[in-house]
Amino acid sequence: MMGINKNASQVIAEIVSNKKVGAYHHMVFAVGELAKFAKPGNFVAIAVGGESSSMVLRRAFAIYRAFDRGTNGGLLEIVVAPHGAGSTWLTNQSVGFKVDLIAPLGTAFGIPTEPIRALLVGGGYGSAPLFGLSEVLKNRGCRVDMVLGASTAMKIYAPLDGKRSVSSLTITTEDGTTGITGKVTDVLPGIIETNQIDIIYSCGPMGMLEAINQIAAELGVVHQCAVEEAMACGIGVCMTCVLPIRGEDGEIRMVRSCIDGPVVDGSSVIWGSKRQIPEGTWGAN
Amino acid sequence: MFNFRTSLGQAEFENPIFTASGCAGSGKELAQFFDLTELGAVVTKSIMLKARSGRATPRMAETPSGMLNSIGLQGPGIDLFLEKDIPWLREQGARIVVSIAGESVEDYAILARKLRAVQGISALEVNISCPNVENRGQVFACQPATARAAIEAVRRNIGGDLPIIAKLTPDVTSIVEIAEEVVAAGADALALINTVLGMVIDINTMRPKLAGKTGGLSGPAIRPIAVRAIYQVHEALPNVKILGMGGVASGRDALELILAGASAVSVGTATFGNPTAVIKIKEELQNELIAHGFDSLREAVGYAHRKEVNL
Ligand SMILES: Cc1cc2nc3c(=O)[nH]c(=O)nc-3n(C[C@H](O)[C@H](O)[C@H](O)COP(=O)(O)OP(=O)(O)OC[C@H]3O[C@@H](n4cnc5c(N)ncnc54)[C@H](O)[C@@H]3O)c2cc1C
Ligand SMILES: Cc1cc2nc3c(=O)[nH]c(=O)nc-3n(C[C@H](O)[C@H](O)[C@H](O)COP(=O)(O)O)c2cc1C
Ligand code: FES
Repeated sequence: MMGINKNASQVIAEIVSNKKVGAYHHMVFAVGELAKFAKPGNFVAIAVGGESSSMVLRRAFAIYRAFDRGTNGGLLEIVVAPHGAGSTWLTNQSVGFKVDLIAPLGTAFGIPTEPIRALLVGGGYGSAPLFGLSEVLKNRGCRVDMVLGASTAMKIYAPLDGKRSVSSLTITTEDGTTGITGKVTDVLPGIIETNQIDIIYSCGPMGMLEAINQIAAELGVVHQCAVEEAMACGIGVCMTCVLPIRGEDGEIRMVRSCIDGPVVDGSSVIWGSKRQIPEGTWGAN
Repeated sequence: MFNFRTSLGQAEFENPIFTASGCAGSGKELAQFFDLTELGAVVTKSIMLKARSGRATPRMAETPSGMLNSIGLQGPGIDLFLEKDIPWLREQGARIVVSIAGESVEDYAILARKLRAVQGISALEVNISCPNVENRGQVFACQPATARAAIEAVRRNIGGDLPIIAKLTPDVTSIVEIAEEVVAAGADALALINTVLGMVIDINTMRPKLAGKTGGLSGPAIRPIAVRAIYQVHEALPNVKILGMGGVASGRDALELILAGASAVSVGTATFGNPTAVIKIKEELQNELIAHGFDSLREAVGYAHRKEVNL
């Protein structure tokens, strides 16, 4: 446990760009040095609402891309869905406004040493961290296929330059406004088989991750997913963001998704245990 | 030279800003952001006899100027805690206040015995705001008799002169009555206040939002309750030192609790919004005290109780 978040720092970061893209806002922050430590899967925690805000907790967002520009200072990009008061406040801030930001936080996607075949699956804004990941994988000689899904076309985040780093991109929407009508899980088995996928990386709502994990388990494919649990602190001190995970010793523990996640091994998660502690969990009584 | 030193029972501290129990992890998580020796003391999460999984999720809901939590005292249990967390904190040179919690009077007694010979602990904070399994899950701190029994059990078993700080809940008819009981039972100081019981209903699912249904409210929303509790207890027991907490997010807030009667201040929820909140609060508090003309922290403790003087 030594050196938790050892590359993280807290900075006052200026918004250098804020553009509406479909249902989301693509936002860029000048963060200085810390950009060089950001890895795909890491997230940022941003204070919202201004000085005398009644919103006392930070909001977590996956890092979409990071640019280390040496002495010119680095940039961090995120994709924000205006959801409640906090994320809406953030998307309403203009270029030049400064926010209090902590990054990079949490675990990153594990990168294979061999040039294997990877499938990246994103739900809604969950696609954001996958583009940076696909770049890294491609540079390692991996073949990268991508599947993005959402309820409707406006909620598919798939920028042009991001698409270039993947060998194939399949899009599904539940209302059929773009791509294949249905859910990502409808197309996964076919793609996994045709492209002989070795590993799945996923990010999106918990229900989607659970469904992907089931397919991965059935087809014997390794699955790394970035989970999304409600977080109060983002740095490991509050114990609110936990989920049950089976450790290497076989013991199930309530693990903090902010420091031992958000990227976890899908097969280690005890899925479907919202609102209950799974039987046999360490320390359950 | 401004004198920032303070004391709780027999324990002396360089400065009055502490973390709040359950809001600083094991200390390691915050050490990334500042040096733990900057703190008056690190108060550990409440540790129990055995490992605890804590409650199911969702465990939190943000509320106006605050949050509800129902962690359920997740932790490794006292033995692992003494083996891992305490040596690490000691190595950092941090001042340590260990918080303990029990499910029965006997638990408190055993916990105290396990801690009596441990080196490097400055004080014991006894969290008695937990359900007593031997008394239909009633919270110890809610009744004078059970509050007394838990503190007596610690007093009898702790030996030596490790100060006992009894942590009380504001969810009682008379916090002064409970305070008087635990002091009579051997508490050297008091920690005021624990979270306030609350509930949030999700209007989409139309059910309580937290898996544990109720949760503890913390943050600036409860500050006036903390100030009131500290003021009332300091008035009744002016010689008993108070570790104040509840919604402190700035030096100005800390000063308010000190004027009410707190000799030191713990910071909890503010750390979630800002990992370096404790450092900011410490600096702001010192500036506030100097700006108000105090030469030492001690002069300000309970200053709001001074008699009106007609000039
Ligand atoms: C690791 C991680 C990565 C994320 N990445 C993105 C991203 O790239 N883009 C994006 O738009 N959103 C992302 N989210 C979700 C985002 O954090 C929430 O939408 C946001 O916190 C909601 O805040 P609010 O004030 O708008 O909503 P409210 O519902 O009013 O928030 C109230 C409280 O609940 C918490 N909360 C509510 N929903 C969530 C949620 N889904 N996840 C975590 N906390 C929540 C908030 O932090 C806040 O404390 C991510 C969440 C996590 C944990
Ligand atoms: C997430 C969380 C966990 C807590 N855990 C404990 C605990 O283990 N023991 C305890 O005595 N108090 C616990 N508390 C209460 C705090 O120590 C403190 O009394 C309370 O939150 C009020 O202070 P604040 O408003 O600064 O947070 C916890 C509070 C929160 C928010
Ligand atoms: S969000 Fe606080 S411990 Fe993970």
